Amino acid sequence: MTIANPSRRTLLQAGGLLLASTALPTFTLAQAAPAGGRLVVAADSEPKNLNPAIVASNGVFFIASKVVEPLAEASFDGKDGLAPRLATSWEGSADGKSVTFKLREGVKWHDGKPFTSADVAYSALAIWKPLQNLGRLVFANLETVETPDATTAVFKFSKPTPLQLIRNALPVVSSVVPKHLYEGTDIATNPANVKLVGTGPFKLTEYKPGEYYRLTRNADYWGKGEPKLDEIIFRVLPDRAGAGAALEAEEIQLAAFSAVPLTDLARISKVPGIKVISKGYEALTYQLVVEINHRRKELADVKVRQAIAHAIDRKFVVDTIFLGYAAASTGPVPKNAPEFYDASVPTYAFDTAKANALLDEAGYKKGANGTRFSLKLRPAPYFNETKQFGDYLRQALAAVGIDAQLVNADAAAHQKAVYTDHDFDLAIGPPVFRGDPAISTTILVQSGIPAGVPFSNQGGYENKELDGIIAKASETIDTAARTELYKQFQKVVATDLPLINVAEWGFITVARDTVQNVSNNPRWAVSNWSDTALKS
Amino acid sequence: MNRAIRLIRRRAISSIPVLLIVVVLTFLLLESASGDAVDAYLLSIGGGDATVAQSLRQAYGLDQSMFARLWLYVSSLARFDLGWSVAFGRPVIDLILERLPNTLLLMGSATALSFGFGSALGIVAGSKPESVRDRALSTGSLILYAIPSFWLGLVLSIIFAVQLRWLPTSGIETIASGKTGLARAMDIARHLVLPVAALALIYMALFLRVMRSGMAEVWTLDFVLFARSKGLSRFRVVLHHVARNALLPLVTMLGLQSAAMLGGSVVIESIFAIPGFGRLAQEAVGGRDAPLLMGIIVVSAVLVICVNLIIDLVYAALDPRVGASERGT
Repeated sequence: MTIANPSRRTLLQAGGLLLASTALPTFTLAQAAPAGGRLVVAADSEPKNLNPAIVASNGVFFIASKVVEPLAEASFDGKDGLAPRLATSWEGSADGKSVTFKLREGVKWHDGKPFTSADVAYSALAIWKPLQNLGRLVFANLETVETPDATTAVFKFSKPTPLQLIRNALPVVSSVVPKHLYEGTDIATNPANVKLVGTGPFKLTEYKPGEYYRLTRNADYWGKGEPKLDEIIFRVLPDRAGAGAALEAEEIQLAAFSAVPLTDLARISKVPGIKVISKGYEALTYQLVVEINHRRKELADVKVRQAIAHAIDRKFVVDTIFLGYAAASTGPVPKNAPEFYDASVPTYAFDTAKANALLDEAGYKKGANGTRFSLKLRPAPYFNETKQFGDYLRQALAAVGIDAQLVNADAAAHQKAVYTDHDFDLAIGPPVFRGDPAISTTILVQSGIPAGVPFSNQGGYENKELDGIIAKASETIDTAARTELYKQFQKVVATDLPLINVAEWGFITVARDTVQNVSNNPRWAVSNWSDTALKS
Repeated sequence: MNRAIRLIRRRAISSIPVLLIVVVLTFLLLESASGDAVDAYLLSIGGGDATVAQSLRQAYGLDQSMFARLWLYVSSLARFDLGWSVAFGRPVIDLILERLPNTLLLMGSATALSFGFGSALGIVAGSKPESVRDRALSTGSLILYAIPSFWLGLVLSIIFAVQLRWLPTSGIETIASGKTGLARAMDIARHLVLPVAALALIYMALFLRVMRSGMAEVWTLDFVLFARSKGLSRFRVVLHHVARNALLPLVTMLGLQSAAMLGGSVVIESIFAIPGFGRLAQEAVGGRDAPLLMGIIVVSAVLVICVNLIIDLVYAALDPRVGASERGT
């Protein structure tokens, strides 16, 4: 025993160090988490409309998810990958035409009124289905919501709707807002879109444009002993160097969504009292994708697309552009979605010789100047990494005799050029995988999407087989059969390459050591932070 | 006094076409940029379908022709209505009034400091052209002037806010501190030290150089020779004869710089997270928010016109020849 004791202590210490260095969530401290304190967090944008029921975007959720709650939140270990929030259980009918939600009892809105099934029915029918950017798709076939009693909501669909899709979409599309504040008003301009009223652990009590949002503890929160914090301040710091400096100066305690640039992480991780955490973004995986305009004769040839895929050194992209904070992609579904991910798809190893051979085979021989043909390449300006990958891709294509002309533009101009005017040959985009392929992924390759829809197939690609799989999956009720269809989908995409998936990444959170229970769910940055605490 | 009133009246009338040209040019510039407010908005929310885009364009009036929108804007401007910001969903005038004081405070302090220290050091340098202290100050000012303001801002912030922790890294005041009165004023002053220093140091170099070269020129003039041969003390010659006459170009410079500082504040406001005018302009361009951007440009133009008017009045006071020719008209 005397021998075991010190070794066990060493192990624990080592474990503690490991926890700190790889920054796993500090589950062990959850019970001991002290109550109180003000957490100051860096925010880089101030959404015009802060209502997550209307605008289901990460920028909105980052702040609003603490105030307005969904029916269920994503979870590392919960059933179906979910943790109950406003709903305590959900069950689909055999015909796929109804889903019954049991709602939490004794929940109150921040203005003191009781939360009931009428609020859920109103949010679903008046907001999610007709107005919300993602809900329009997920709830397209929602007909009515029946409310037999105050804690039951039965969603009725006109066509069979997979429960798997509804479940996977719940954290993102199901933010419930109070009926009594919205009914009979113009929803788009309702003042509650800015002065949020929800059921969440925090109330939005103050907003100073350009400076900060102040969220204050909701004493009547349904969660026992929650929230831990007295206050969360989202401090607006638009400059990318600002968040790192403010963290070091201890003016803020947390910066999420890679507000501290990747290139600063190596340095800041050595600052005592600061931890760098790459966990907690598993359900918000961003994908680095080469979008292809299939209207270009050369790019309509699958051999050319395969050659481009072979010309890209994914390891270099991950190691040099993402500094290791990413993974190489194999197809349109990321590894972070194990429910759907299929590794057994055709892959394209980095092989310049093979790329050159494929291009020769396709009939595009090198000209006298060593060039086969020229392409217009538009990298999206939204992330440093998409811009840097543009520079890399230009060089990688030059190595196989394709001359890529880089066209850089700001966000609005890029958006119009690619998704409305189709003025591109190759574009680099960062689509997001949102828990289910049907939400934001199949739209990237499906045909028949009108011009002007951002992050969709605007490259003129059309594949009847793929369209068929997508349509079938959208009405397949059986979870196993539906999952199988999406495995087929991945195979077809990886074989025919309507677009080329290069890498997938989550963001980085940098926090002071005093912040506890960070990154303990796969959507942590955009979840409610009711158990987050500050150690003094 | 009549001279001043005439000057003001003349300026007020001539500023109307200037403002009109500014508005039309800004509108055309923003119009020629690819992508509109709806593109920018859809992007910020991570996408939406075609019907959303269409209904938004209708709601913002973006489906109307360019000329219809320009006319709508100019006619509402004539009624002193700056319109509605598309990106923020609030009246433009509210946004501007909210941000303008911060920028005026930042710019005003930076201009005053750079003018004060710049001219003082310019006098030191120019009091003995080609001396060691002149060389040192001139070289130093050149180096300062060559430094980009964003770099200087970041370095100052790293040294004084992150390393030494004497001053806050960013912001206009301590967030949610609940301070009022004098305590709040002191708090704001502390927050302004670094951004004002970053702006002022660079412009100080400019004033220093103008003052110094102006003085070098005056030294060669006959009346200086006369003053010196009269046996006046060097101190008196420097201050009363040389510096005073070299001050005029500096005042002109002040007018020009006040406009340039509005531009310089864009960068500094972003780095130091000050919710000011420059940052608002940047956000307006990114969001393709035409009404907001034009509101900002119009208010900036009015500011510049006002500053130049004041400069002219000062000039008239300093130099009796200015405006004298108008006496007869």
